[in-house]
Amino acid sequence: MQDKSLVQIALYAALIAALGLIPPVPFVTGIPITAQTLGVMLAGIMLGPWRGALSMALFIFVVALGAPLLSGGRGGLGVFVGPTAGFAIGFPFAAFATGYAALLLRKLPTFPATLLASILGGIIVLYVFGITGFKLVTGRDWLDAAKIMMVFIPGDIVKAVIAAAVAQAVVKGLPDAVYTRR
Amino acid sequence: MISLYLEQTSYLHRMPAGIKLLGMAALSLALYPIGQVSILFGLALLTLLIYASLGRPALQGLKVFRSLVPIFALIFIMQAWSVGVYEACALLLRMGTLILIANLITLTTKMDDMMTAMMPLFSPLRLFGVDPKRIAFAVTLLIRFIPVLMGVTQHLLDAWKSRGGGRQLWKLAIPLTIQSIRLSDHVAEALASRGGIRSVKKP
Repeated sequence: MQDKSLVQIALYAALIAALGLIPPVPFVTGIPITAQTLGVMLAGIMLGPWRGALSMALFIFVVALGAPLLSGGRGGLGVFVGPTAGFAIGFPFAAFATGYAALLLRKLPTFPATLLASILGGIIVLYVFGITGFKLVTGRDWLDAAKIMMVFIPGDIVKAVIAAAVAQAVVKGLPDAVYTRR
Repeated sequence: MISLYLEQTSYLHRMPAGIKLLGMAALSLALYPIGQVSILFGLALLTLLIYASLGRPALQGLKVFRSLVPIFALIFIMQAWSVGVYEACALLLRMGTLILIANLITLTTKMDDMMTAMMPLFSPLRLFGVDPKRIAFAVTLLIRFIPVLMGVTQHLLDAWKSRGGGRQLWKLAIPLTIQSIRLSDHVAEALASRGGIRSVKKP
């Protein structure tokens, strides 16, 4: 791995932490949506599957070390035994899937390609991990766990649209910067 | 700065990080089969007493768990509705205690020590030709740049507000992403011109 990739991985992880600073927007479901999972989708799109996944793994590792980087100032080992542990662990896999899908869909225009990739990686793959984690921590069955998690879906669809809009704007501004659109 | 670690000394601070981590793993397994609310309540109380024994800052640190209240409430309602109120109480107490214990380790262990304790997990990466030193460097870089990017975010937020603001706050993610990409290019150039990571002695 080149030094430049390592710097990109680290700075992108820092960007996800900064996104946690943007105030959460209360959404119709009453559960605030935060910008952080938006960052997971963008990691895959901007850095590609491998570096995107590594940057999310680095982020989660530093959270485990005790940095309060998750939105709401959460961090430390408590995150990994709580009901949303699966989501945190799923971040690298979601970023990988988003990046991989975005590469496969390279022939499509930026907006639809990155939107589909974000939905696949940042919602479907992430929720497989999230629901599995929720099931393991709370001991509920699959259907119940999935039902509880549904309240977050509308917010995440909004985020997938935003991720695609951001990707499109960045492609216009800095065409070489978006790995999956080069 | 950006750590939940409490700068003080206590019996928990003196305990080696590896022992604390293994202890938590053992406790989480031991807690799993317990279903009696009275025992779980006692354990939760005991955990809170340990917090109290660390002093006021530890108790104030519990504030970060406010953001978990909505999801806990949701779980409680669903569990009480489908299985029963007793089971719902047991579940929340077990989960809450485990989170409190894990957080206790975070409060009483320096990030450096935690990293040293976790490093053996990365030794398999040597097989793929990844030097664990690079991981340490990446962690340092990440921690160093969080305040920088938070500063950039704050500037963008201020500029946004002074222009009248509005509801489409998400648009800030565009300049934020572009500025991070530029910054990472500059940092990579600076690093290369100083001989790269190989020349970094101790990150």
